[in-house]
Amino acid sequence: MEKTDFKELLKTSFLTAEVGMNGERMSEFHQIRKAALEDFLSLRVPTVKDEEWKYTNITPITGKKFTTDLPAASAGIAELQKFFFNIDKYLNIVFVNGRLNHELSGDLASLEGVTISTIKEAFVAKNPAAERYYNKTAELKGNIFAALNTSFVAEGLFIHIGKNVAAEKPLRIIYVQKNAENLMVSPRNLIVAEKGATLDLIESYSGLDQTSSLTNAVTEIYASENAQVNHIIVQEENHNSYYINNIEITQEGNSNYKSLNIALGSAIGRTNMSTRFTGQNSEATLNGLFIAGGTQLIDNHTMIDHAVPHCQSHELYKGVLGGKSRGVFNGKVMVRQDAQKTNAIQENKTILLSEEALIDTKPQLEIFADDVKCTHGATVGQLSEESLFYLKARGIGDQLARSILINAFADDLVNRIKLEDMRNYLEAKISARLS
Amino acid sequence: MIEIRNLRVNIEGKEILKGINLKINKGEVHAIMGPNGSGKSTLASVLAGRKEYEVTEGEVIFNGKNLLELSPEDRAREGVFLAFQYPVEIPGVSNTNLLKNALNEIKKYRGEVPLDAVEFLAHIKKKMALVELKQDLLSRSVNEGFSGGEKKRNEIFQMAVLEPKLGILDETDSGLDIDALRIVATGVNTLKSTENSFIVVTHYQRLLNYIVPDFVHVLYQGRIIKSGNKDLALELEDKGYDWVKDHINEFVMA
Repeated sequence: MEKTDFKELLKTSFLTAEVGMNGERMSEFHQIRKAALEDFLSLRVPTVKDEEWKYTNITPITGKKFTTDLPAASAGIAELQKFFFNIDKYLNIVFVNGRLNHELSGDLASLEGVTISTIKEAFVAKNPAAERYYNKTAELKGNIFAALNTSFVAEGLFIHIGKNVAAEKPLRIIYVQKNAENLMVSPRNLIVAEKGATLDLIESYSGLDQTSSLTNAVTEIYASENAQVNHIIVQEENHNSYYINNIEITQEGNSNYKSLNIALGSAIGRTNMSTRFTGQNSEATLNGLFIAGGTQLIDNHTMIDHAVPHCQSHELYKGVLGGKSRGVFNGKVMVRQDAQKTNAIQENKTILLSEEALIDTKPQLEIFADDVKCTHGATVGQLSEESLFYLKARGIGDQLARSILINAFADDLVNRIKLEDMRNYLEAKISARLS
Repeated sequence: MIEIRNLRVNIEGKEILKGINLKINKGEVHAIMGPNGSGKSTLASVLAGRKEYEVTEGEVIFNGKNLLELSPEDRAREGVFLAFQYPVEIPGVSNTNLLKNALNEIKKYRGEVPLDAVEFLAHIKKKMALVELKQDLLSRSVNEGFSGGEKKRNEIFQMAVLEPKLGILDETDSGLDIDALRIVATGVNTLKSTENSFIVVTHYQRLLNYIVPDFVHVLYQGRIIKSGNKDLALELEDKGYDWVKDHINEFVMA
């Protein structure tokens, strides 16, 4: 069998696409793509021999021939209705097959102090924040999937929250694929919260059908001094699809970033999320929930970089694994030499519902400062027999008792969401996924 | 109500109950007393269906049904309620959630119409007053962060909500101060009727000042060695379990 060359194929796609670009070929935005393609081609495709990919074999992804021609699938409002609850309360931003769909999105100019456009448009408009921050996170360098994303970003999404602006509505970014067999989409988000800005951000990634696609996303978030960003990510790709997401957060002093990363779908789903403190008195909360069954593989790699003193981080990732599914949690908390008075808590808790489900968990603390408070831990287990018996002794049947306990375990993180309708929506979604 | 015949039970190969015979009629309260390790809690747990226990002999007939053949949930649905000695903390599951599900499962089993939200709330509010539980304990996770007394009162509260035919109180008095003890006892006494029965498992006599038993049984080394009326509890309190140990042969012979 002929082995497809993942890199060669994508290079050809890139060059073919470039021919049809006309003027865009000379744009600054495209120059960044081109440079990224060079990076992509120079980087090695990781294998399970690489420490960072030890438990996640990506040959099902790299062995596939992906097309990068984004089909202009029209998605009707009916298909998206499920995402659109309380439509007036949110600003919806909808991408279908990698392209921003204005008809399905709300009025992007409707929020005071908030600039929303594609990144491509922001470059054309010479938006200083876009030019200053786009693709600048140092940690993206050397990451082959980030380079791949940058090479193939069609438009990207740029969100800028002005100084001391509290975005009036939560932003709800909805990425969907349709008729997307073998399609690679490259969602790209650049979110800049200026000094004292506040933002609620919800992202969802899903397919509207069962076609097999690859979502290879990158999100860069800059939280300036005293900015607050609340971030919810819901990955519910169909089980034929693949998902890779690199999320990079940079936090200046007194900033607060909170995320809840929910992974329910995809055949293979890998998230790398990292935040680094560049200013003191900042706080980060990285929470996650992954639920997998069948032969799904969900991999979460996180990194919290305490580079400066007096910062706090809290991390709790919870997993529920059934069938023959596999989960990976690799969480690193780095406390650098200068980062005195760091306070870091990290935990991973997983429930295995079957004999064949498996979790590889690796919470790691690397501490180079001496005056810090750090804890980490991981627990893996089944449902508590004592709790099950207690519920049964009250007349609750085996199946319902199990479901109550699993839901309680999973809902714990969702319960902390302040947006009540979003909380209810996610609880229902999780409950459906678990049943 | 319930008849236990020659019940023998092992845990991990060790025989704990060595032939228990006990018959309880509707409307009766039976106290099971005995020193630590005599098998009191084993008896309570076996009736509720805890699976670590192996029944090697005997049978338990509950309202005409072979109780030991039923799953723990079906026993509860038939009307058996065990108030746990050590109530389990269940993070993330509220008391309300537990009780709503339990009540509906029981009603479904019995072919009754489940309560709607309004009826359910009215029902539990009435029962809460009985054990003087604070409203906020309803929405809190089951037993999580409850004090010892709150946990035991919560057990009695659940019992009141589920209205069992047979309530088994497994050392509900242990660790309770006198106020909590009084509240628990008042709860039980209010629930007591000519239609239901109670088994009160206890080490001490003091709970029996408040919940007055019709019969008292002394369990020792896996056997009921003496039965009597409420005066037996007072006698035990007075003379201590050594009295039982010292006179075991007389009791068994008698």
